[in-house]
Amino acid sequence: MRISDTLRFSSYAAFGNSLRTFLLILAISIGVAAVVVLTALGDGARRYVVDEFSSMGTNLVIVLPGRSETRGFNPANLVTSTPRDLTVEDASSLLKLAGVKLVSPILIATTEINAAGKLRESMLLGTNADYKKLRNLKLSLGRFLSDTETSLAAPEVVLGAQVRKDVFGSANPIGKTVRVGNRKLRVVGVLAEGGRGMGMSSDELLIIPIEMAQAMLNTNTLFRILIETESRSQIEAVKARVLKAIIQRHDGEEDVTVIAQDAVLQTFDKILNVLTLGVAGIAAISLFVAGILVMNVMLVSVTQRTAEIGLLKALGATAKSVQQLFMVEALLLSTLGGLLGLCFGYLGAGLLRYIYPAFPAYPPLWAVVAGLGTALVSGLLFGVMPARRAARLDAIEALSKR
Amino acid sequence: MNSQQTIIQLTSIDRVFQLGDTSVQALHDINLTIRQGEYIAVMGPSGSGKSTLLNLLGLLDRPDRGSYELAGRDVTTLNSDEQASVRSKSIGFIFQSFHLVPRLTAAANIELPLVLAGVGVKERAAIVLQAIHDYGLADRAQHRPNELSGGQRQRVAIARATVMRPLVLLADEPTGNLDRATGEEVVRLLEALNQQGMTLIVVTHDQALGARAHRQIHMVDGAIVHDSAQDLIVKEG
Repeated sequence: MRISDTLRFSSYAAFGNSLRTFLLILAISIGVAAVVVLTALGDGARRYVVDEFSSMGTNLVIVLPGRSETRGFNPANLVTSTPRDLTVEDASSLLKLAGVKLVSPILIATTEINAAGKLRESMLLGTNADYKKLRNLKLSLGRFLSDTETSLAAPEVVLGAQVRKDVFGSANPIGKTVRVGNRKLRVVGVLAEGGRGMGMSSDELLIIPIEMAQAMLNTNTLFRILIETESRSQIEAVKARVLKAIIQRHDGEEDVTVIAQDAVLQTFDKILNVLTLGVAGIAAISLFVAGILVMNVMLVSVTQRTAEIGLLKALGATAKSVQQLFMVEALLLSTLGGLLGLCFGYLGAGLLRYIYPAFPAYPPLWAVVAGLGTALVSGLLFGVMPARRAARLDAIEALSKR
Repeated sequence: MNSQQTIIQLTSIDRVFQLGDTSVQALHDINLTIRQGEYIAVMGPSGSGKSTLLNLLGLLDRPDRGSYELAGRDVTTLNSDEQASVRSKSIGFIFQSFHLVPRLTAAANIELPLVLAGVGVKERAAIVLQAIHDYGLADRAQHRPNELSGGQRQRVAIARATVMRPLVLLADEPTGNLDRATGEEVVRLLEALNQQGMTLIVVTHDQALGARAHRQIHMVDGAIVHDSAQDLIVKEG
C-alpha cells in the first residue's frame, strides 16, 4: 500500500466517528496543554526569581555581618563569637584588594519624609556614589549622590519614583529641601521608575550618603557590603580575599559571611528547575492516561471493524498493512490532539501573562517538545497493541460476523 | 473442456477444527481438479464443509494435510504475506452480506483492492471509472453503501472483486440476501464474467442457482459425495 493511501484510509477511519474522535483528541490536548501551562508556570517562577537577582547587578559578592554556622553547633562559639560591627572602614579597605572593582556599604532603615506639608513613610538606604554603577540604577532627573571620598556626607537625597510622585506630584523636586527623619536634605536626583532588587522596589526608596544614614540612626554597623568583581572568573578569588581581609581587620575572628550572588542564583535556579520538572511530571501523567484512552478507543475500533479487517485481508491486504492502517490512525489522533493541546497551552500561558504581566510565564522549549513527544509516543505505544490485534485477526472469523 | 488448462488442483486435502475437546473433520480427503473458465456450484447442507472449501480455495485458510496448486504453483507452503499477494492478484471474493466498507463511497469500495495492491492513482481512476460504467453504477458512484439498494450493493461488491482481473471468482451465497429479481440480475452478471473466461465457483443452498452451473459438486460431512464432472467422464467412458 502506498503511504498516501494509508494516510487517506486511516484518516477517514479516524474522523469517521466524530464524537469518539472529538473526545479522544480533547483528552490528549488537555494532557499536552497541562504540560505546557504548568511548565510555563514553573519556568516563569524560575525566571522571575533569576531576574530579580540579576537586577541587583552582576558579578556580585556580598558581605553580611555575623557568621552563618554551617558546620553544626560548636559549644566554643558560645564563648568566643562576639561579632564585631561591619564598618564603613571595612568597606573602603576592601577597595584595595585585587579583582575588586566597586564597593558599596549599605544601611537600611524605615524613615519618614516630610516636604511641602506632606508626610510619607519610606525606606531609607544609606550608601555611596558607586552604588549607582553597581546596581545599574537609572535616573529620570538630576544626578546620583556625589562621591563621599571628596565631599564628606553632603546633605543630599535621591528619591524613588513613587516617593517623588507622592510628595511632589508633577513638580520638579531638584534643589528642593526635604526633611528626612530629623535632617534637612537637598533633593539632587530622582530614580527612574521600575527598578527592582533585594526584594523591594526602588520606587519606594530614599537614597542618602552612608555617613549621613549612620549618623541619623546613631549606629556604626552596616547592613551589607556589596562588592563588584572585575570579572566573573574572579568571584571565588575575591570572596577568599575579602574574607581574609575582614578577618584580619577583626582581630582574627571570622564573624562575617561572604556569599557570591552567583551561588545563590544557581541554587534558586536549580530548585525551581526541579520544581518545573516536577509539575511537568505530574502533567505527563495526564498524558499517559490519555495514551491509555487511545488504546481503549483503538481496541473498541478494532472490535467494531472486525468485518472490515477480514475484508481487507480477503482483498489481499497483508498483516503488515492492516497493522499500519491502525497505527497510523492512532498516530493521527494523537498528533492532532497534541497540536491542539499546544494551541490550548500557549493560549493558557498567554492568558497568565496577560493577568500577571510581571510574571514571565513562557513554556520552556524542552517542555513543549517533551509534551508533544509524549503525546506522539504514547499514541504510538498504545496504538501498537490494538493494531497487532487487528493484524492477527482471523479473516474467516472476522468475515463470518455480522 | 479437456483442452483447457487446470487452474486448481486439490490433492488429499484434510481440514480439522478443534472445538474444545472434540475435533471436527471439516474436510476429508478432498481431491478436486478445476480447469480455467469452469462454472461450478458447490452445494450441500449446513456444516458440510462447503464454506471451509471456499475459504481454503481463497487462501484464507490452510489445510492440515494435502496440497493445493493454484495455476501450477503450490500455494500451501507460502507464508501469509505471499498468500496475501496471491489473494490480491488471483482471487476475487463475493459475500452474502456484501461486506462493503460503510464509510467509503461505492467508487472508493471498488477502488479498495487496487489501493491495497499499491496501484498508482491515475491508473486506479481509469480502472474504477471503467468498472463503474460496466456495472451500471455511474449515478451511484459517490453514494455510500447505506444509500444503495441490495442489488446495487452486490454489484459494487462484484465490481470490487473483479477490478484486479482475478483468475478465480469465489462467491459465497451471492444471492442469499437478495430478492428473486435482483438475485437473477446478479447471477447473470456473474455468468457474463464466467463467459469472459473467469473461473466461477459459487457456494449455495439454492437448488435453482446450483442447477445453472455447468458442474455441480455435492458435499456431505466434509467429503465430496457427487461431482457432475465425473458423471460426464463415466458417460463418456
